[in-house]
Amino acid sequence: MLTKKIKTRLLFLVSIVFITVFFLIFIYLNLKQNILYFNTPSEIFMNNQIERNSIIRVGGMVKKDSILQNNEEIRFVLTDYERELIVVYSGTVPNLFSEEQEAVVEGILNDKKYLIADRILAKHDENYMPPQMKKILKENAK
Amino acid sequence: MLSNLGNILLFGSIFITLSIIYFAYQNLKEKNILIGKNLVYLSFFQITFIIASFLLLIFAFVFSDFSLLAVYQNSHTAKPIFYKIAGVWGNHEGSLLLWVNIMVIFSFLFFLFNYKLKKSYSLYTLLIQNILILGFLVFLISNSNPFFKILPIPSEGLGLNPILQDPALAIHPPLLYLGFVGSSIYFSAAMAAILSNSNGKNFASSIKIWVLISWSFQSLGIIVGSIWAYYELGWGGFWFWDPVENASLIPWFCMTALAHSVLVLEKRNYLYNWVLILSIITFISSVTGTFLVRSGILNSVHTFANDPARGMYILIFLSLMIFFSFIIFFKRKINDNFYLEPISKETFILGNNWFMMFYLATVFIGTIYPIFTQVLYDTKISVGPPFYNSVIAPIIIPFLIMMAIGPKIRWIKQKYNDYKSLIFILILSCVINFLIFTFLKSYNLLSNLIIISSLFLIIHSLKDFIINSKTKSYYNLPSFLSHTGFGILMLFIILNHNYSREYDLNIKVGEAKKIDNIEIKFENLKIEKRDNYNVIIGNFNILDLKKNYQKNLNPEIRIYDNPQTLTFESAIKTNLKQDLYLTMSNIDGSDFYNVKFQIKPFMLWIWFAAFLTASGALLRTFLKK
Repeated sequence: MLTKKIKTRLLFLVSIVFITVFFLIFIYLNLKQNILYFNTPSEIFMNNQIERNSIIRVGGMVKKDSILQNNEEIRFVLTDYERELIVVYSGTVPNLFSEEQEAVVEGILNDKKYLIADRILAKHDENYMPPQMKKILKENAK
Repeated sequence: MLSNLGNILLFGSIFITLSIIYFAYQNLKEKNILIGKNLVYLSFFQITFIIASFLLLIFAFVFSDFSLLAVYQNSHTAKPIFYKIAGVWGNHEGSLLLWVNIMVIFSFLFFLFNYKLKKSYSLYTLLIQNILILGFLVFLISNSNPFFKILPIPSEGLGLNPILQDPALAIHPPLLYLGFVGSSIYFSAAMAAILSNSNGKNFASSIKIWVLISWSFQSLGIIVGSIWAYYELGWGGFWFWDPVENASLIPWFCMTALAHSVLVLEKRNYLYNWVLILSIITFISSVTGTFLVRSGILNSVHTFANDPARGMYILIFLSLMIFFSFIIFFKRKINDNFYLEPISKETFILGNNWFMMFYLATVFIGTIYPIFTQVLYDTKISVGPPFYNSVIAPIIIPFLIMMAIGPKIRWIKQKYNDYKSLIFILILSCVINFLIFTFLKSYNLLSNLIIISSLFLIIHSLKDFIINSKTKSYYNLPSFLSHTGFGILMLFIILNHNYSREYDLNIKVGEAKKIDNIEIKFENLKIEKRDNYNVIIGNFNILDLKKNYQKNLNPEIRIYDNPQTLTFESAIKTNLKQDLYLTMSNIDGSDFYNVKFQIKPFMLWIWFAAFLTASGALLRTFLKK
């Protein structure tokens, strides 16, 4: 028969496994909910599965002469040289934000051509660009 | 000239390191009980050489010797001297030299302090630490040599990225490195303990102080980094769950777990295997974090000029390190029999470790997941802050409660019968929570629970401390400071999170705008010339119509020449109650200025609490004797 010591130890082990599995599922479910997909304007155009109210990230080039400002918001066009996306944003912009520069915006898609951004990601220096972005822009520019 | 001298010093260090490895190995095979004097001399030479090379690099930066590539790329004659020095570790090569320096210093000090311990243990530690040092030295010389020459010698340097020209950021790398790299010494010690069949208690007491020191510096480094992010990035937040931040947090969780479980090993000789594993993964996670961040696999501020060879070298080194450490660990199985009573200090500390591992797993999965999807499905994703908040926040509650009760519980076994004060404190916390609730209006259930549990921790620790201080025993002071500090930290972070307010607007000079009860007036613009940049200063007048106060805020737009960059500096007015935080930006010289105005309550308290938490462990290192 099992002694008391072994019994408690067995109980301990089983509960550890149980708790670990429980928390891993907990982490996984939360992860599923909070993923931000990175897209380009053309990918948004092609993809019909993007949900309206989930937050996404879009990267592209700020189109020349497209920045418009009024008292509340900043509007500009983000392009990957194939498709364009209108972005509406209010707040301060990162220091390297200007026309004909790359930018990554984060926000909710209103329809396929219109994004309400709540963040424009700061790029820390002029040489820095997300690796995925560099690749896409290079391919499209050809 | 400088370059040659620097290279001589570096090659000298490699030679000395090799000799240490050789003599330590020879000395191990000899039968005598004493450690050879030659190893002490060699260690002394090693530390002299490596520090000299570092001083030489500082010298080159201070006197702007542009014959060195590293100086040319990261410095400029017009830079203030403080940032010339900070430039030394503001680049990959220099920071790697700092890394090796810290490894050598820790190795030297550990060797000196533990000279009298069991011979094989000290020697194995020295041996393994020097193999690690050798690995990094070879890396330094072969592909990131800070003393690399350029010809012809340029007359002016390219300058340091202006965003790095900041006091908090200048001192942040050395602090963080003391934590990151400091963990190498107990990695080596853990390997040595296994190889020399050391007694668990001795091992624990020899590494304890080093764990505490690296923990404190790691904490300080993280805090200073957050403070920098707070005022420099202009978002008004101080923690973004960015991969870089996560990379510093993962070793921190390991160290926190280790700092606690090492006590169990020292006092009760339990959990030996677990402490060994923690010691090993702390350093491994430090190097992994550095690798992921430096190689450009994870996007970050810390991505220096990319060179695939660098990433490859660290990756190979890392794999070897993981492979051999685990082989050594599993080959020599250490018998670790123990039985824990449910209510004992040991169990509570083990509980702490479980929480730490949970947080670690969360942060690790969140950080790594995007890399996996990129490789497996070629989808580009990132994991947002809501993930971390929603996973970690609920688990903070039981953690805070256990943190309150834990220090009071005795070793081995105790019958817990202090329910009366427990319930009393709980009720008191709820009452205070209710008061906060009525004063500051509504917030959600989770925040309520966290506030109650952090208040519970604060009050409980205070009570224990007052009772203890009657007996004039101040031995618990450090853990009291750290635990209470953490409680205060959580309390104010949640309050800050719930009561921050934010207003975005675009505004022209001379205009005023009213939102809620706040009037923001853009009075005027000034242009000034300063040391190494020009600056546009905005003058904003904030008028709170309800509370009837008026504040002037002066955010700046700085235009740096070398390299040519714009930076936006936030204007912050701090007091005990809240920070007023205002940033402005401007797009291509438009009439409109984009303004973000934020009211962030209790920021000062958050910093204070964080420093309090970090100070506890530092105090322990002094108080021990």
